[in-house]
Amino acid sequence: MKPFSKALVSAIALAAAVTAAPLKADPKAEVLHYWTSGGEAKAVKALQEAFAARGGEWVDAPVAGGGGDAQAAVLRARVLAGDPPAAVQIKGPNIQEWAEAGALADLSNVAASQNWDAVLPDAIQNIVKYEGNYVAVPVNVHRVDWIWANPEVLAKVGASVPTTWDEFNATADKLLAAGIIPLAHGGQPWQDATVFETVVLGIGGVDFYRKALVELDMDALGSDTMVKVFDQMRKMRGYVDPDFPGRDWNLATAMVMRGEAAMQIMGDWAKGEFAAAGKVPGKDYICASTPSENGYLLNSDSFAMFNVKGDDLIAGQNLLAELILGTEFQETFNLFKGSIPARTDVSRGAFDDCAIKSMDDMVSAADGGTLLGSMAHEIAQAGAVRGAFIDIATAHFNSDMSSQEAVEKLVKAIKLAQ
Amino acid sequence: MTDRIARVLPQIVVAPSFALILFFVYGFIVWTGYISLTKSKMLPNYTVIGLRPYERLFQMDRWTVALENLFIFGFLFIFVAIVIGCLLAILLDQKIRAEGFIRTIYLYPMAISFIITGTAWKWIMNPSLGLETVIRGWGWESFSFGWTNSETLAVYALVMAAVWQSAGFVMALFLSALRSVDQDIIKAASLDGASPWKIYLRIILPSMRPVFMSAVVILAHLAIKSFDLVVALTGGGPGYSSTLPANFMYEMTFRRNEIAVGAASAMVMLATVAAIMVPYLYSELRGKKHV
Repeated sequence: MKPFSKALVSAIALAAAVTAAPLKADPKAEVLHYWTSGGEAKAVKALQEAFAARGGEWVDAPVAGGGGDAQAAVLRARVLAGDPPAAVQIKGPNIQEWAEAGALADLSNVAASQNWDAVLPDAIQNIVKYEGNYVAVPVNVHRVDWIWANPEVLAKVGASVPTTWDEFNATADKLLAAGIIPLAHGGQPWQDATVFETVVLGIGGVDFYRKALVELDMDALGSDTMVKVFDQMRKMRGYVDPDFPGRDWNLATAMVMRGEAAMQIMGDWAKGEFAAAGKVPGKDYICASTPSENGYLLNSDSFAMFNVKGDDLIAGQNLLAELILGTEFQETFNLFKGSIPARTDVSRGAFDDCAIKSMDDMVSAADGGTLLGSMAHEIAQAGAVRGAFIDIATAHFNSDMSSQEAVEKLVKAIKLAQ
Repeated sequence: MTDRIARVLPQIVVAPSFALILFFVYGFIVWTGYISLTKSKMLPNYTVIGLRPYERLFQMDRWTVALENLFIFGFLFIFVAIVIGCLLAILLDQKIRAEGFIRTIYLYPMAISFIITGTAWKWIMNPSLGLETVIRGWGWESFSFGWTNSETLAVYALVMAAVWQSAGFVMALFLSALRSVDQDIIKAASLDGASPWKIYLRIILPSMRPVFMSAVVILAHLAIKSFDLVVALTGGGPGYSSTLPANFMYEMTFRRNEIAVGAASAMVMLATVAAIMVPYLYSELRGKKHV
């Protein structure tokens, strides 16, 4: 199969080269993505139109199924068969793994001509570069460490959005006493891990987060600080209503919206839910970063460009890369998606207050060296290690495991997954 | 000439499907076994590193939980489904009216896929939507039924849904067996003054041993390959307290870039199936020779 399809591809490429040699090849790109729902589909359509306007032929290859599991299977099969799509929506360390396998194309030329080095924060460059060369194009930045709060509910107990974890606990205790659910939470492993990483960032600080969750320093993972993190997680467990297991994150957001719960800790995709319900930031809901020393946990979607043969396909790939990181697409897409542009020089006029706060914080975090990749959302760590973290965070949260035991299990699980 | 064609024809007709099965089933079993001994991570990698993936597999908490769950789930599911199926069959066997209709009702859950059973039971067992709220609404305030939300009870919720799905099928199996029991023996026993209860316990059920065996084998392989029920009903949670080996295998292979460990877990599952099937096949095949 493999040699045959390779022969076929080169035969077609040859034929194309022979017939179209005098003309410039029309750009063409097959795009594999899992943006199939609401705002995401609209955003992809915007990209598709921009691509067509520049004379490109877009071959759409959407794979349904949110998290991208189904897409990963399709991608693996295509690459093994020697017929990868031009651009694929993958992110974080998965990009590095594909690059290591030698499957990704080099985008240095586009990057140099569009001056990407100047407009992308270092933290994002690290994600999309392999051995100093661009192999992927970032689309957006989602901030993960957000608290979404209902101001009316907080006002009932005379509280505002907490700025330290002690304050968080005090506010939550008051809310509990008043018969209000302090924290709306969906008990799915990745959601448990999302809360866990914001607590690590808050209790341990930026350096501790980097040591433990990014560098996987065993001393940090087994430290007393980590015990404190799990102590705080145990407290958080008490602030959640009993029906939380298996609940989707958007249902938890709805609880905050309806005033059944006071706060939710979730990435800024939650904003899309508020926006869809016609809520206004600052009035109907408040967005605030979770307590930390100016930390910023980022989650960034991107398109990796796979090795393709043929002038038209390479031209398509380069055009696509240029458009994706172009200011125009960065603005339209992120307005649809609720995230913020990956490049820092997009005009802010059209964005809401939460997005502008996120942009300001990202710039100051990038300057202060406190911009960090999210572990729970597969930016800091690839599949196996991330899975080990999630396992322990969720096992601890959903049982009566002691903090000490959780730390021991964490060290063991991370060693095993490396 | 035609004789020879007639003799070879069945073999020619069967040959393609035989070759396909040989390749796609047994070939891939061998391939999976091989992959489970390599250092494959995101893509298959053919460098053999020996039993290391198995070592890692058995050090993983998640796998231990999955195996324990399989034994709890498998044992209870098989036992309860057979007991309920058997009782239903005996009750249906009492020459009642509308038997065909009732039989269809009991058998029908089998026609529903596990993913739908799981979703339906997820709503039924959700404390704030389902049974608990309904019964509390009727006035029994202290009633609680939060199995899917409890770390220790979630696996029993799986058993309940799986039994609901399969008990009717076991009933149909037993009912046809009951009907094929020699009526003369039963008449003779009742002439001798045996109560119906005793007739069932001492004569009919013991004569149905082969049906018991078939039921156990069918239910056992259903239990081992259960995947969709967990995904739909509990999502493997709370935490990972209700995952089964099949879910573990999927998670490792497709989510965590641990193809070798995923393959190792698949081989352990195969060994579990083999441990049940081989003695069964052995006894079946040996039994035939005596006839």
